[in-house]
Amino acid sequence: MAMLEILQLPDPRLKEVAEEVTRFDEELKAFIADLEETRQAGPAAVGIAAPQVGRSQRIVILDCSKTKKPVENHGHLILVNPEIIEWDGFELGREGCLSVPDYTGNVIRAERIKVRSQDPQGENHEFEMVGFEARALQHEVDHLDGILFIDRLVSRRTDLFQRKVYQKGSKKRDA
Amino acid sequence: MNWQMLTLVGEDQPGIVARVTDALYRGGCTLGETSMIRLGGNFTIMMMVDGGQSEQALASMIAPVADQLQLKFHLDPMHGGLHRHRVPNYQVRVNGADRAGIVAKVTGALAECGFNILELASDVVGDSAKPVYIMTIQGYAEAEIERLEAALKPLAAEEIDVHVSAIETLIG
Repeated sequence: MAMLEILQLPDPRLKEVAEEVTRFDEELKAFIADLEETRQAGPAAVGIAAPQVGRSQRIVILDCSKTKKPVENHGHLILVNPEIIEWDGFELGREGCLSVPDYTGNVIRAERIKVRSQDPQGENHEFEMVGFEARALQHEVDHLDGILFIDRLVSRRTDLFQRKVYQKGSKKRDA
Repeated sequence: MNWQMLTLVGEDQPGIVARVTDALYRGGCTLGETSMIRLGGNFTIMMMVDGGQSEQALASMIAPVADQLQLKFHLDPMHGGLHRHRVPNYQVRVNGADRAGIVAKVTGALAECGFNILELASDVVGDSAKPVYIMTIQGYAEAEIERLEAALKPLAAEEIDVHVSAIETLIG
């Protein structure tokens, strides 16, 4: 196992669209172990994507099981070639990123998603995710498409204007 | 670094930011964190500026462009610097029929809980016959959410809708 270097803004490799994984071999598993070690070494990241360490492949690790306040989650997940196949609702939340140190900002994400992905053996799986875990997955899949959360920042006034229209709905969502 | 806080206010028009920052750039200044927003038809700027110049040198750099754009400005030497962000752990949303005292009551209740406001944005919306006040606050407090809710609860009786939620900042 080895710690990998995390690429930081403005590294152009963070803006590349990653390739699909086609070989489910030992090398892939060894890389995933390194990626996990790198995630754990950083500041409490709930997810990491292969492009963040300079490997342009569609691999994500997600673990929302250790948040301060427990959230609905599927535990520790290794997602190879993940694809979001359904979206529903939207919600504003605060995000930061290992690749963008010293900055956090508000981003709108879908509230519920359905994800299709493979595991490191190449088996297919589907997950339904809500809230925080859904947000984390969308943040990581963005990395695979060369998008950072700072590309999706919303104005500090956005929330005020949303409340005007969606006041009742968002109250229910928070409850 | 030797930051100064530059405040500029004046009637909004296109080009204010471009012309002010161009003057600063040509004068060899760098900018730090800034906040710029339109309030009630005025444009307001608060900006950390550093060029190693004296306050007077900086003032004479800004004066011509401020005059042209009819902006009032003000400079203060400041302590502090970059990379001192504090991540909020609570968001408070407030709305109600607009009337005097909403901000004072909400923030007073929060202050009693040791709540540190990091950002507050508020607006008066609706129409002039039935104005509605909307405010969002992001801040940091050690206190549990139940304590904040209890402190804000009396406001419900005054028909101010206040809602606190914990912010779990996602790092990914």
